[in-house]
Amino acid sequence: MKRFGDVVAVAGVDLELPAGKLISFLGPSGCGKTTLLRMIAGLERPTEGRVFLDDEDITDRPPHLRDIGMVFQTLALFPHLSVAGNIGYGMRIRGVGRGDMRTRVEELLQLVSLEGLGERRISQLSGGQRQRVATARALALEPRLFLLDEPLSALDANLREQLQVELRLLQQKLGITTIMVTHDQREAMTMSDLVVVIRLGEVEQVGAPLDVYRRPATPFVASFIGRTNILRGEASDGLVRIAGQTFDVDGAVTPGAVTVSVRPEDAHLLVGEVPERNALSGRVVFVRDLGELFECYVDCGLEEHVVVAGSPRERVHVEQGERVTVSFPREACVVVRG
Amino acid sequence: MRALKWTLTALVVALLVAPLIVVAVVSINQNRYMDFPPEGFSLDWYAQLWRDSAWRSSITTSLVVAGASAALAVAIATPLAYLLRAYDIRLTPLLYSLGILPFMLPPVISALGALVFWNAIQHSGRIENIIVSHAIFFSTLPLITVSLAMETMDPSLPEAAQTLGANQRTTFRTVTLPLLVPSMITGYAAAFVLSLNEYIVAFMVSRFAVVTLPIKIVNDLRYGFTPTIAAVAVVFIVIATTMFTLFALFGNLLRFLGADPAILERER
Amino acid sequence: MLAVFFLAPFGFMLATSFYRRIEGGFYEPAFVFGSWQRLAHGVFIERTLFSIGICLLAGAVCIAVAFPFTYFLTRMRRRPHVILLVLIMSALALSEVIVGFAWSVLLGRAAGISNILVWLGAMDEAQAYQPSFVAVLLGLCYIAFPYCILTLYPQLTRLDPEVTEAAQTMGASPWRTFWTVVVPIGRPIIMAGFLLVFVFTLGSYLIPAFLGRPEHWTLSVFISDQATFNANVPFAAAMALFLTVLSLGVVALVMWTESRTRRAF
Repeated sequence: MKRFGDVVAVAGVDLELPAGKLISFLGPSGCGKTTLLRMIAGLERPTEGRVFLDDEDITDRPPHLRDIGMVFQTLALFPHLSVAGNIGYGMRIRGVGRGDMRTRVEELLQLVSLEGLGERRISQLSGGQRQRVATARALALEPRLFLLDEPLSALDANLREQLQVELRLLQQKLGITTIMVTHDQREAMTMSDLVVVIRLGEVEQVGAPLDVYRRPATPFVASFIGRTNILRGEASDGLVRIAGQTFDVDGAVTPGAVTVSVRPEDAHLLVGEVPERNALSGRVVFVRDLGELFECYVDCGLEEHVVVAGSPRERVHVEQGERVTVSFPREACVVVRG
Repeated sequence: MRALKWTLTALVVALLVAPLIVVAVVSINQNRYMDFPPEGFSLDWYAQLWRDSAWRSSITTSLVVAGASAALAVAIATPLAYLLRAYDIRLTPLLYSLGILPFMLPPVISALGALVFWNAIQHSGRIENIIVSHAIFFSTLPLITVSLAMETMDPSLPEAAQTLGANQRTTFRTVTLPLLVPSMITGYAAAFVLSLNEYIVAFMVSRFAVVTLPIKIVNDLRYGFTPTIAAVAVVFIVIATTMFTLFALFGNLLRFLGADPAILERER
Repeated sequence: MLAVFFLAPFGFMLATSFYRRIEGGFYEPAFVFGSWQRLAHGVFIERTLFSIGICLLAGAVCIAVAFPFTYFLTRMRRRPHVILLVLIMSALALSEVIVGFAWSVLLGRAAGISNILVWLGAMDEAQAYQPSFVAVLLGLCYIAFPYCILTLYPQLTRLDPEVTEAAQTMGASPWRTFWTVVVPIGRPIIMAGFLLVFVFTLGSYLIPAFLGRPEHWTLSVFISDQATFNANVPFAAAMALFLTVLSLGVVALVMWTESRTRRAF
């Protein structure tokens, strides 16, 4: 379990993270997620606030005295050591005996599917193999905390997806508390038990991936994770009016400005003008038929085009310029902060 | 560890700076004889550099030699760099090594070789000897800087010139050469400084006939000390420091010394 | 054509070394082994060993100080980083004469360290620390130091800081990280720097001449002395050629042993 305070690039973060889970720090570049991770690792000092590991205050402890294993963005493998040498480095520092070290290295090589490659030099390995070496190296001493800083960003798309699954399975198998920094929301969704969405140094939302997806707390979270339609309107007398239409929404509403998020796949397309609640009429601007899914961009008079998405089965036949009505079911209209 | 880091740095800086400070102190001492603590303050010795004709002439000689030899060095190196790139690749490393060779070996050897050479052609003790010897000896530096610039130059630029109608010579003159000018200047400056400070080759080759500044200093020291020598040293130190400070402020000193561009981003 | 330009002096030197020495300081074309025979003399051999010894020592000292120093330098913030570089480059621009002079003053009896110590009351009487072996060594290290840093600098700036951070996350203290990660990675440039200092100091004339007694003189001093004051150019030529072979030989030897140990590593 981990808890921490704040620093200049990261402000007012107060998080408590559960043990044994994979937690992602998700956010755009420069939002402070890496800084946060480095503070946990001890590579940066918080200007204010403390870091606790299992109720121990480790804020003043240097990195080599914290019980962590870390995989860096550049992987930071030692070029002067072989694969086995890299993995065994931590043990060597601790004075573990030759025999024990060798056994453990073999174990780890097996764990990451790199059997027999112990004597290879780093320069001889492929990107995916290097990633695995970095992972094995970090886990060699069975640390309490496993930290990953954008570990897959240097790999190409196919490899990334494969390794995402592998890493997640590995983490589950070992049951080790893991914190991963990423800017790729699909990666976070794939691997995490818990997602911490960070923007400009502040935490916007913490929750399980699907919760964060279905119930985004802010417009930023809504649009950063997946795609969404942001509808702005006014609330008064318990009713919400958006672009002149009455809406029933899911969530408590206070009088004043209201922002609602609706995922494209939850919206429905109806031909012609259909007067209903929770609906906006407009003109079709663009249709994208990608085979596996289709998207329809509709100009409803709002700031941005409304997007309706769906699988081919749901495809309603419309053409550019046609007048249609977009229906937003009540359960899909999520009120977001701001 | 942090303490160690700053202790080491402080120690190194102290050792680097100590001799310079001492010399500076000596140069403003009023007394003719070196002593400490210094008695009185005087800038007389600096004035001496100006008044004394022996000092003036040696300074002038050094400047002339440095200026000429550096120019000659660049003149030798530039076409050489060009040829090395244009010709058979197999010979290139060999010729390149030959070019670097005089620079890598103890200067005494080159000095002696030059001495023998000039004697053999019956042309001893003349100022041209130093100029030419220095030029050859120091041509390595402009060779390196110009070669490097050539390698990193965008090859499509001269090609573009050719598609616009310029022949080989014109292209070289109007496109390649101007682009090489910065590296030529750097090479010139380096050769200039080295020539200015060079003692052994100048000494051996001129055989007491021509007196450059380093030669004068060494000679004077043999006969006893005058604070004027210290004054010269301080002038040199100030010039060098000023030059590099300007470079650091207006140029990119780190990149010039070969630093990784990424280091410029790191704002630790 | 250009090759000739470079090789001519060498050719002449080779020939001259076989010439016969005549009275009055001149020499005539001949083919005599006299000069070469003198090389086998005790004095010469002693000089040679001394020169190699002191230059290797200077190399070791320079590297031992310059490597950690440059490593720290590359990690510094912009401001101190640049200031230090300006300082080092300025030191580089000093001529050997000035350096020799400055150190002779610093270590001398009139206005040097000992005088400061006397003034502060830590010592009774001023002492001259030069000419001496240590003085020559310090002088040699001083002139070689900036060059040493310049060869280490480019590569050390390219050392990924995450590599040392990784070592720390695995339990290595900064001290251990330095010795088990930074130094091994830096081996090639450490070797290069060491050789650079060796070759460079071997060629130094003014420092040993200034700061050392005759017993501290290196071959470079010896050779130029022979050529000028003793007017024995053929002998000087022979020695110079020997020195050339020697320099190249030592460099080759060190590089060879380095590649052997690398393989075992």
